[in-house]
Amino acid sequence: MTQELLKVWDPQPNPNIPELHPGDTVRVHARIVEGDRERIQVFQGVVMRIRGGGANANFTVRRIAAHGIGVERTFLFNSPRIERVEVLRRAKVRRAQLYFLRKYRGKAARLKEDRSLFEDK
Amino acid sequence: MAKRKGLLGKKIGMTRLFTETGEVQPVTIIQLGPCYVTQVKTVATDGYNAIQIGYGHKPRLNKPEAGHLGSNPPVRYLREIRTDDAAEYQVGQVIDVSVFKPGDLVDVTGTSKGKGFAGAVKRYGFRGGPKTHGQSDRHRAVGSIGSTTTPGRVFKGLRAPGHMGNRRTTVLNLEVVKVDVERNVIAVRGAVPGPTGGLLLVRNAIKS
Repeated sequence: MTQELLKVWDPQPNPNIPELHPGDTVRVHARIVEGDRERIQVFQGVVMRIRGGGANANFTVRRIAAHGIGVERTFLFNSPRIERVEVLRRAKVRRAQLYFLRKYRGKAARLKEDRSLFEDK
Repeated sequence: MAKRKGLLGKKIGMTRLFTETGEVQPVTIIQLGPCYVTQVKTVATDGYNAIQIGYGHKPRLNKPEAGHLGSNPPVRYLREIRTDDAAEYQVGQVIDVSVFKPGDLVDVTGTSKGKGFAGAVKRYGFRGGPKTHGQSDRHRAVGSIGSTTTPGRVFKGLRAPGHMGNRRTTVLNLEVVKVDVERNVIAVRGAVPGPTGGLLLVRNAIKS
């Protein structure tokens, strides 16, 4: 009973976020507020981890920015600032958290693609 | 005194909500009421103005409890709220969360979590001693507790280790973020005293 009441105001799942898996290459359209201006910023990278936790659920996307610098950004599933998420590619991975990607760069950081994502369609 | 209104309830736990602009707000969910006015105290009868409200459910009442509650439901908890407009209440009246609306400021009173016998570092934020430079057994010590022959004693009220928590605590001016009248639940911004399931008294803010 008490646990249910905790979820009274939990938001509905964002319909613009498809089911994500670790290893997915995604494009996140995030709304950025700068002063009184608003714009959409796209962040593309590999889903490195997905954390549950109801209203606090989040996922971390890693991308390689300029000069080979790795940038990780964590998004809250329930944030109204996430416009939408596209899954571009699904990879076959054997772990839930892909922290090992931090050790590798370039060709070594590739993941094996899982074709089943597109065969369904 | 002022006109105050309040309800008894139970802490459900903390979560986060988003504002319209997308900012995260830490909130505590509190199940509040319904409460019943079990006694009205006025200057004429008791020397001060207050209402006594009841909350919860107690399946078996003893005779004095049953006599005091009369036709009211068998409540487990009784608390008094001092308010100038006590005379406007009637015994048996139901108070529910609709007395609060989003944006209101409230004071939340509860019993803080007990920490047991705590040292001065945890209890009062003392710095403790140095970690290195030949220290032994001094890492979390209180340090000096006074002078020498003059005054030759330790002053009363000196902060020292002792029991911490499990005390009545009030957090002032918490903003009500959400109210759900059907489920008797509110969400206030920030933390409130006590464990999940602990009894809370929520009143409209006195200092605002």
